[in-house]
This record gives sequence, C-alpha cells and structure tokens, in this order.
Amino acid sequence: MKFRAKIVDTACLNHFTRVSNMIAKLAKTCTLRISPDKLNFILSDKVANGGVSMWCELEQENFFSEFQMEGVSAENNEIYLELTSENLSRALKTAQNARALKIKLTNKHFPCLTVSIELLSVSNSSRVVTHDIPIRVIPRKLWKDLQEPTVPDADVSIYLPVLKTMKSIVEKMKNISNHLIIEANLNGELNLKIETELVCVTTHFKDLGNPPSASEDASQARNPEQMAEVRIDIRRLLQFLAGQQVNPTKAVCNIMSNKIVHFDLLHEDVSLQYFIPAFS
Amino acid sequence: MKCLVTGGNVKVLGKAVHSLSRIGDELYLEPLEDGLSLRTVNSSRSAYACFLFAPLFFQQYQAATPGQEALRCKILMKSFLAVFRSLAMVEKTVERCCISLNGRNSRLVVQLHCRYGVRKTHNLSFQECESLQAVFDPALCSHVLRAPARVLGEAVQPFPPTLAEVTLGIGSGRRVILRSYQEEEADRTVKAMVTEMSIGEEDFQQLQAQEGVAITFCLKEFRGLLTFAESANLSLSIHFDVPGRPAIFAIKDSLLDGHFVLATMSESDLRSPELHRLAPPLQAHSTPHLDDFANDDIDSYMIAMETTADIEGSRAVPSVSFSPGHQPPASPGPYSEDNDTEPSIEPGTPPPKKFRSLFFGSILAPAHSPPGPSPVLAEDSEGEG
Repeated sequence: MKFRAKIVDTACLNHFTRVSNMIAKLAKTCTLRISPDKLNFILSDKVANGGVSMWCELEQENFFSEFQMEGVSAENNEIYLELTSENLSRALKTAQNARALKIKLTNKHFPCLTVSIELLSVSNSSRVVTHDIPIRVIPRKLWKDLQEPTVPDADVSIYLPVLKTMKSIVEKMKNISNHLIIEANLNGELNLKIETELVCVTTHFKDLGNPPSASEDASQARNPEQMAEVRIDIRRLLQFLAGQQVNPTKAVCNIMSNKIVHFDLLHEDVSLQYFIPAFS
Repeated sequence: MKCLVTGGNVKVLGKAVHSLSRIGDELYLEPLEDGLSLRTVNSSRSAYACFLFAPLFFQQYQAATPGQEALRCKILMKSFLAVFRSLAMVEKTVERCCISLNGRNSRLVVQLHCRYGVRKTHNLSFQECESLQAVFDPALCSHVLRAPARVLGEAVQPFPPTLAEVTLGIGSGRRVILRSYQEEEADRTVKAMVTEMSIGEEDFQQLQAQEGVAITFCLKEFRGLLTFAESANLSLSIHFDVPGRPAIFAIKDSLLDGHFVLATMSESDLRSPELHRLAPPLQAHSTPHLDDFANDDIDSYMIAMETTADIEGSRAVPSVSFSPGHQPPASPGPYSEDNDTEPSIEPGTPPPKKFRSLFFGSILAPAHSPPGPSPVLAEDSEGEG
C-alpha cells in the first residue's frame, strides 16, 4: 500500500483546507478512501452517529500536482483509512503560507498519514512542519459498509435556501425542541417546524425552485402542494449546517417521506452528500 | 519600598505579571538595590520565573525606607494580576502606577493614576517571607541557542495550545527541531497527532549545540515568557544541558531581564523510537504544596536561603558557581532528596548556595502522573504554622 501526493497551488491548498474543515465539523472520525482518481471522506450510518451518513467526493487531479497510489492489491486498487478528522484540518491549518504540501502514507512507529509542509518564510531560510496523523487501515472485509450510498427516489426534491439563514433559524429552534420537521413540496416551498406542548414554530421558505425530476411519471402524479416531511433530530441538522462555512455552488434537499432526508451539495468541484434518517 | 512606573512601562509591567501568572499562584516581590524583582514558582516546583526591573525602568525607585531593611513579601498572583487584568485598558487609561510597600500597613498598595483624574487603589494583603531563590547559572549550561522571539513564536505556532510538553533538539544539518511530546500510555487506544517543526540554523543568532542533543520541557510554561518577549521584540536565549537538568530561558534589555527556569525530562532521546516518560518513582513525601509551605519537612528544602550579606553585586539573578564535584543525578531514577553531596568550599568565596536537584518530579499533567516529591525552593518564614 502506498500513497504520495503533493499540492503546490495555493488556491488548491486553500480549497482542500476548506474541505477538511468542513469534514471536521461533520464527523469526528471518518474514513478516507483513496483511489486512483478520487478521494472520498466517508461516514457510514451507525447507531453511534445516530444513523447519519456522509459521502464526500473530490477528483484528485483538481487538487494535487502529483498523485501516486497503490492499493491493497491490483484487483482492489483502493486504500481505506480511518482517521480523526480534526487532525487533518489542524495539520492543514499550518499550511496557510505554504510553498508546498506533501501527504504520504507512512509507518512511523504507528501507521500515519504524514503531512509535510514547506513554509514560505520572510528570510531565505526554510521551515518545514511535519504532522503525523495516526490512522487505522480498514481491512478489505469492511469495505462493503463504506460504499457510496444509493439514493432512493425522493418524494420531493427542492433547492435549499441560503444555508447561513437556515442555520441561524435552526440554532434558535434547538433551544425549544429536540426534534424538527423538515417538509417541502414541488411548488418550491420548504418549511422547518418544531412542535412542543406549549408552542409550535414554523419558518416558511418560498420560491426556492425544484430541480427537474428524474422520473417524469412520479413528478406528474404528485400534487405539487403536497408536503413530504421527515421528523429528524435537530442537532444532526444543525451539525450539518454548521459544517457549511461557505454557501455551496448547488444545494439540493431530497425528502423521502418519514424515512430520510438527503442533502446533496456541491462546493465548487467537491460533492457532499449527507443523510439524516427519520427520528424513530 | 516605593516605586513609580509611568507611560508605556505600566503595560510592560502588566505583561510581565501576566507572564508570571502562567507559572505560579503566588508572586514574590523583592525590592533590591538592582531593581524590583518579581518571582514565582509553580506548585510542583518544576518551574521558576523571575523578572528584574532595573531602577531606570521606574520614574522613581526606592527599595527601602532609609534606615530600614527592605521588605520581602509574597502576594496572591490572582490579586496582583487583577490590577493589570485588561492590558488594553491599562494601555489606554493608566498614566502612572505607584507601588508601595509599607510594613506598618501590612498592605501592598498599588495605585493606578488614570485619565480624567480617576485613581484606582488596590490594597493587597501580603505575607512577609524569605527570598524565593532558585540557584542556576546559564553560563554553566553546555548548550545555548538564541533567536528573536518572533522566530520562536513562529516555531511554536503549529502546536496546539493545549499541548503540554515539547521536545527541542538539534537535528541533522544543524536544524533546530521542535516536536510535540506525547506521554506513552499503554491503554491509549487513539494515538495523538505528532507535530514537528524544523527551522534552519540561519534563523538563529546563536546556536551552540551539537546534533543530537535534545530536551523536553513544558511548552505551556515556556509560552508565558515567549509571549512577553514577542511583545517586547526581544531575543530569547535558551540555555540547556543534559536531559534532566533544568533549562534556562532568558531575555534581557537595558531596563529589565527575565528568566524562566523549567525542569526538563530526564530521559529523552529525539532519535529514539519511543520517548520514555520521566516519572521518577513516587516517594512518600509531602504532596505538592499549593500555597501552604507550613507542612514542609525542613529536610526537603533544596535551596539555601539567600541572606542579604550574600547578594552579589551583579544585576543578574544571583547565581553560584558550584564546585565540579557536585552533580545532580542526570540518569533516570528517583531524584534523590538526600543532600549527600556537598560542594567543596573554596577559600575566599562566599558560602556556596547549594545547588541540589533543583527540579525534578514529573512535569507531566497531574492527571496522569502521581505527585512526585518536591524540593521546595523557598522556605516559609519561621513563624508560619
């Protein structure tokens, strides 16, 4: 198993840092999947996560000037590593004024992802910062749980409002209730609702627009006013929204009534999918 | 004692107090002929810090009322720090600061003369005490490196603020290496990230050390001095010796000097696969003292008291040349509190201050290491019960 990659472009480095910061906010521990063309940050749905799952994908050639990998075997040319997300974002934080950044898989007393940063400095002297991020190699037999989730046909697909606005609303709602109902229809309306014994609060978003639906029949059959709703844990939604520091290029919300809500975002060229199951 | 600080020096004084507050909970104030000395030591006696402000730092400086002996006192760090709590405010509003110590009042009076005629008076209670004195001499350390504080500030920047200990050493190519130190714990399932910063020799004003030497010390305590040095734009020297011997961090300018003396881990090898932990076996001795010196066993006092007759004329923190025969144990193992090796006395020299193992005991986070035996640096006054 081998992995070496290098970033020399400042814009790519900053973008990669932003992605890493986002992952650190979304998942404490996650899986990094390395394949010849892509890097994925994966969180698989487990009870420990509250059933939340995440799939983040980026094309390696959009970031790395050099990229070499050798997977577990020729037939399985992939590497799955488990790491603490915050370590990666902390390591990248020191790369703000970097001339070059190298990442490689090493084994220094324990398996690590070594991030090596050559800093620009005022004087001609060179400064090098090295971070050894401890990782756990995930054995092949567990790979099946870490595959790209299949997205079932949504009852409603809708474009999301500005995420920052959503976040500040959900933050206030969190003080009142633990659960939130997210509902939307094919008329571009989305509501965030909380209900308690004493009070109900609903925030209405209108004219959001709906993406063209995949299957013609389903969308035509459905009454555009009819809401599809899911009741979810409010903290999971807040965690997801808090991870989005920048408003994405594209943000779609897919609701499977009473089952799951699926957020499909695109941050420039990095795609993020986040699933929050219905609260049972 | 009466002294008056004006203008920008008030903030400098405040910053020094902030710096000292990173180390200990009690501030020892001692007006000397050389200037006002502010000292502190941490509860496990593994760190000592001292600032000496020369008389020229003050607009007025009077060490003692003529005819009377200078008063030495210790006050709660928290109380003194409260006077300078907000440095921004100090800078904006305080014009003069007057510190006076009057034995009759048994109060240390700190008066801030602020803008618009506002006067803030703090009456701090103090305890008379003997001098807090650590015995050390930078000149006796084999290795020294010196760099502008800014360089060292940049060097520690990649390390998380919560990191307790760091290893400093010279790597191949005469590069100065700083590496995060992690305690080894068998039951630790999730390993911590290891960060290493490497700086070229050319960034240092002085580098007198061979490749391979290394010491491990408490980063949090070092940051106390570093922050001060950075704000004052001074160079910082690090004098060190073999692992286990304390490292001396020093700054100096025409008006003040500062010394932080920190214990280093006794068994530390930058090149070895595993950094061994220090922890000398526990000795059933007194628990680390916080504020109460009264329970100390007299035998455990490691530092001879300084009497006024022994003060040498130099401005530097009084140091002693200890005779070569005496070597504190540098190898791993329990630091002995036995004062079994006495330095030989050379005729004509002032009575040697005994430099016993000044620092030892684990400087690891208290949660992990049991309290070690502590050589107390300062003797409490006789009357304390």
